[in-house]
Amino acid sequence: MITKRIIPCLDIRDGRVVKGVNFEGVRDVEDPVELARFYNESGADELVFYDITASFEGRGLFTDVLERTAREIFIPLTVGGSINEVKDFERVLTRGADKVSVNTGAINSPALIEAASKKYGSQCVVLSMDIKRVDGRFHIFKKGGREDTGIDALEWAAYGEEHGAGELVVNSIDTDGVRDGFDLEMLQAICDRVRIPVIASGGAGGMEHFATLFKGVAGVDAGLAASIFHFKEVSIRDLKLFLRGEGIEMRI
Amino acid sequence: MIAIIDYGVGNLFSLAGSLRHLGIESAVTRDLGVIRSAERVILPGVGAFGDAIAKFRAFGLEPALSAEVAKGKPLLGICLGMQLLFEKSFEFGLYEGLGYLKGEVHPLTPDIPADLKVPQIGWNSLRFERPDDPLLKYSKEGDYVYYVHSFYAKGCADSLVAWSEYGTRVPGLVHRGNVYGTQFHPEKSGAAGLAMLRAFAEVV
Repeated sequence: MITKRIIPCLDIRDGRVVKGVNFEGVRDVEDPVELARFYNESGADELVFYDITASFEGRGLFTDVLERTAREIFIPLTVGGSINEVKDFERVLTRGADKVSVNTGAINSPALIEAASKKYGSQCVVLSMDIKRVDGRFHIFKKGGREDTGIDALEWAAYGEEHGAGELVVNSIDTDGVRDGFDLEMLQAICDRVRIPVIASGGAGGMEHFATLFKGVAGVDAGLAASIFHFKEVSIRDLKLFLRGEGIEMRI
Repeated sequence: MIAIIDYGVGNLFSLAGSLRHLGIESAVTRDLGVIRSAERVILPGVGAFGDAIAKFRAFGLEPALSAEVAKGKPLLGICLGMQLLFEKSFEFGLYEGLGYLKGEVHPLTPDIPADLKVPQIGWNSLRFERPDDPLLKYSKEGDYVYYVHSFYAKGCADSLVAWSEYGTRVPGLVHRGNVYGTQFHPEKSGAAGLAMLRAFAEVV
């Protein structure tokens, strides 16, 4: 049986791990290579490195961190942040990334999804979507959740699947940072629309939220979270044992 | 030394890195002389079958690899590299494979329930058909390995070593003679995957 996946996400700026709450008020936590090693040993199914670096120098620090991590950790590694053109895929894929997550870059240039999947394969193109309810509809936001694009999230998900995205990350701005559980309604709507794997993000505050996620929305393949893992409030091993006890298939 | 064939398809960073981590010497190459002098060969690959086999042939690699395989040199195909080992593929057309193993590559979609995702992406457990296979020397039944694929091998009963349940029996590990293949990515499957790469480096 295929398992549900538990994915810690590391926001990285200038080579250090940070985590925003509702995308604002970022604070420094730990060394990314150390943290990646720790997560790998505790049973993470995948790692996401999200580059929030603004400067050119910081970007170099990021790719160094990526390469050092990929040299010793042999589980899938996804990289996101500042992916705007096909050559950005090249930059991280040659330094150890297995998948590349596109968000604003694909909104600004939708052809990027197809161009990247044709060149590197769908398996490495992850379409990440920041979604918020606006007037009863799901809208795609960009620039880290600050700007409403007016794009319908369900249409965008379907467009991504059709043009070669291999997976979707659904990040609910409405539940992100609130720590009161994943956005089941939003996730169900996306899962009803596409057949590619869906990764849920935004809202995890405790172990029971993952159980509710996987039991509540059968189409969700993975749960992604950051702060609850970084601050060691929940260990990945304990979480997986708990979920297996709840009857959910887990790699332990 | 293991030659990892570089024919412009896929990301070889992790594969070379995982062998280095195991202390196994490898070279990422498309040089025929290096492939001939290597003790073992790995054929990686991601993306579409038609595009990959065309590139592989355009580099003039097929006669050299076929000659080495005929001489008995151990070969391991990974993911799309495993699919290339079969006779043909029905991925967006009909393509002739390398034919080192009996079988065909077909889409998952018509063969599995509609509630299962395509591609299959993630960790799935292995069921052993031939537990005494040399590639399973350091593995145990139930080990989880990482898959990413939309197509799978059919008609490969004579080479089937291990499979995973995904609405159908997906061949995960195949082996016949000196030719091995994994549908999953051992270089991305944590300790379970490294164990198989280590076993491959020891097969004779």
